[in-house]
Amino acid sequence: MNAMPIPSPTATTRRGFMITVAAAGAMMGLAAPIGAEAAEGFEPTIWYRIGRDGTVTVNVIRAEMGQHVGTAIARIVADELEADWSKVKIDHVDSAAKWGLMVTGGSWSVWQSYPLMSQAGAAGRITLIEEGAKLLGLDPKACTARNGAVSGGGKSISYGDIVARGNMGRTFTADELGKLPIKPASERRLIGKASTQLDIPAKVDGTALYGLDAKVPGMVFARPKIPPTRNQSKVVSIDDSAAKAVPGYISSLALDDPSNTVPGWVMVFADSFVAANNACDLVKVNWTSGETAKTSEADLQKRSAELIADPKAGSLVVEDPGVDAAFAAAKSKLERTYTTASALHFQMEPVNALAFEKDGVMEIHTGNQWQSLALPWLSKALGRPEDKIVLKSYMLGGGFGRRLNGDYAVPAALAAKAIGKPVKMVCTRSDDTLFDSFRSPSVQVVKMAFGEGGKVTAMDHAAAAGWPTQVMAPFFMPKGANDVAYDPFAISGANHWYSVGAQRVRAVPNDLANIAFRPGWLRSVGPGWTNWAVESFMDEAALAAGKDPLAFRLAMLDGAGRNAGSAPNAVGGAKRQAAVLARLAKKVGWGQALPKNTGLGLATTFGQERDMPTWVACAARVNVDPVTGAVKVEKLTLVVDAGTIVSPDGALAQMEGAALWGMSLALFEGTQFADGQVQDTNLDSYTPLRMADVPEIEVEFIESTEAPVGLGEPATTVVGPAIGNAIFRASGARVRHLPIRPDAVLTALKTRA
Amino acid sequence: MTTTFEINGRKVTIKAPDDSPLLWAIRDEVGLTGSKFGCGIGACGACTVHLNGEAVRSCVTPVNAAAGAKVTTIEGLDPKGAHPLQVAWIKAQAPQCGYCQSGQIMQAAALLKTTPNPTDAQINDAMNGNLCRCMAYVRIKQAIKLAAGSQGSRA
Repeated sequence: MNAMPIPSPTATTRRGFMITVAAAGAMMGLAAPIGAEAAEGFEPTIWYRIGRDGTVTVNVIRAEMGQHVGTAIARIVADELEADWSKVKIDHVDSAAKWGLMVTGGSWSVWQSYPLMSQAGAAGRITLIEEGAKLLGLDPKACTARNGAVSGGGKSISYGDIVARGNMGRTFTADELGKLPIKPASERRLIGKASTQLDIPAKVDGTALYGLDAKVPGMVFARPKIPPTRNQSKVVSIDDSAAKAVPGYISSLALDDPSNTVPGWVMVFADSFVAANNACDLVKVNWTSGETAKTSEADLQKRSAELIADPKAGSLVVEDPGVDAAFAAAKSKLERTYTTASALHFQMEPVNALAFEKDGVMEIHTGNQWQSLALPWLSKALGRPEDKIVLKSYMLGGGFGRRLNGDYAVPAALAAKAIGKPVKMVCTRSDDTLFDSFRSPSVQVVKMAFGEGGKVTAMDHAAAAGWPTQVMAPFFMPKGANDVAYDPFAISGANHWYSVGAQRVRAVPNDLANIAFRPGWLRSVGPGWTNWAVESFMDEAALAAGKDPLAFRLAMLDGAGRNAGSAPNAVGGAKRQAAVLARLAKKVGWGQALPKNTGLGLATTFGQERDMPTWVACAARVNVDPVTGAVKVEKLTLVVDAGTIVSPDGALAQMEGAALWGMSLALFEGTQFADGQVQDTNLDSYTPLRMADVPEIEVEFIESTEAPVGLGEPATTVVGPAIGNAIFRASGARVRHLPIRPDAVLTALKTRA
Repeated sequence: MTTTFEINGRKVTIKAPDDSPLLWAIRDEVGLTGSKFGCGIGACGACTVHLNGEAVRSCVTPVNAAAGAKVTTIEGLDPKGAHPLQVAWIKAQAPQCGYCQSGQIMQAAALLKTTPNPTDAQINDAMNGNLCRCMAYVRIKQAIKLAAGSQGSRA
């Protein structure tokens, strides 16, 4: 998901449409007293504490799902704190009101944390220098902090000793904390420097604990019966007569869910997972299913196309004056339709949760990316206040946005409440997949108007899909120019940084998709389909205008008007996007002759959202087999400008993984909705990219000291269109649907101009 | 209904139906949770353990297939967690979410036992059944090569 609804503490110009002062205050950790001396040491803010042994424990509210986020955040704190890195630890904290908004998504974590964690570190450093100076008998101005100690006049005292002996009562008001200056880039000692990730050792010896590994004495295992439709299913009857023959089987129960998160769910209980699994297969449930029991992928796409054809449908996200006039006056026009199929999260750890009541609090042990979203659902489901529910943190066996939707916590908690015992719910892979809040299929229609000499005078982009934010977090939806609310995550990308004259972007919710399943946020969300359309279209438009795709793009990335960019997050604007694209072109030798059936394709993006642009350009070199239509990706080259890079190797890992994700979604994944459910539920038919498919990958980061932005998602969205454009340049076959299958390439080869 | 085998050098007796998957015996009966559940059909490799030295998918291996055998899990690969592959995995900073990594390492360990210096093609062949959803494949392959190199230099 992208970053629209949540403010960066430095981003005063952001569209803070949902942000209240109270929410912002809570987010900055000011709900708790600042400067309190904790029993275990010094806690200058809620974000970390320093023990009497000098250990700095950083409280990380972000979920660890492979991005090594704790290390990145701890290095931001430690840099400004001038801590000894060897004494820094991370604690992935459980949910609590004091943390404010708890969410891990949108490639937000480093970007959002950077100013706040830097200032928190500075607050500690200032206090430690003051107290250290006193203990050394020196003026604080004569002292410096470095590597976990305060020094001056030839003397030195460690942070641990200061905490043990000093008066650590200094407090900072919210205003004071917010005004603390952050060190200049030249003084950075950890940010941008090589480091190893603190979470990795436990991931190579089997000791890392994921939600699946959570246990408590006396727990009962449960596996759900997944109803025929995601919404509106109702249990009529349960027949568990065959299940009673399974040793260890306990009972089956239709859940009563006041939150309507899991309508029609039946839980099958047993004394082991194996017994619950076997019994579940034997339990027969009679449901009345929802109205979408026969809905197919084609129905969903037909609905999107119908809605797009109605100019009144949807929200006008960008509506410049003169779009219709420019099209009416155009010398020539181009219109293309792009589609994408349903795509699964398929995070490797199937969703699961352990729930039990302890000391009046319902504890839910599971991996989760958006605690603040799940807690109100749990509160409604259980009929208890949020402060009597806690989400305990675990490593996530993959997130990719699946665990932004914490719906799987609800049935476990309801079951624990109903039977009065700890319940460990484990979904099998097919349960997980049938219950996935997968990426909606999409339909997009893109139009461009050209004037004299192929000059672009207007662009009109309409995109329709199921909207995760409308279904799960409607309070996060801003309004378009026509006063209609839209899902910012489902349209971002269409509001690109190209100067195209008069521009219209229309976001259309697919109402059928929104009830047929629960549309999900899947790594990058909207840009996963909008960039497929925008960047495929740019190559088609360049061809129509008789221009080179690189030159065509660069001419429109002129940084004019609203594309000039603004401080602090988008300094340089479209010029920085032009720079990564130009650098990429040079790297890959754009324009050089290639072997037969081989092509190089370009695509570029600003990442997740205009207010937090991560400038990325990608070139894919592919070989197309003209007989079979098979596409082999030989090399992916990426250039990225993400501002300041906090953790260089972690940043590289994210780029590598995201690029392969993009390739997998483009060529290897995709499913079909049929009869109310996705058709591919396991790896026998859903086939993500494997090691043997990995092409050569080269990633270059532009050196920058601008604000750090996000890296988890942006690279996923450029690879698909780069491959599509490369297929065209290799073979003349233009594909307009994701995923790209060999038969589609063959069809396109037969119909090429 | 009971199966006795040796796991990581320790003798255990499991009470479970004979056709119950070995994975769940290891996780829920023995209590070793490093081996993971991913697909349940032997197609992702997250549950990979060694049965008498060979890499098997424990989610589709019946527990009675382990009767009298030696089972090794990620927890028992090296007493100090410092098998050359584990060292290389850290050096290459291979894991992202980490969920598949026990299986990846166990699969790679079986490979290096029979093929101490594998080619790229041999690595692909051996590892293609192990899905990494984070797609950390570049580093997994790099780590296998690092470990192969370190083993070679020790020999």
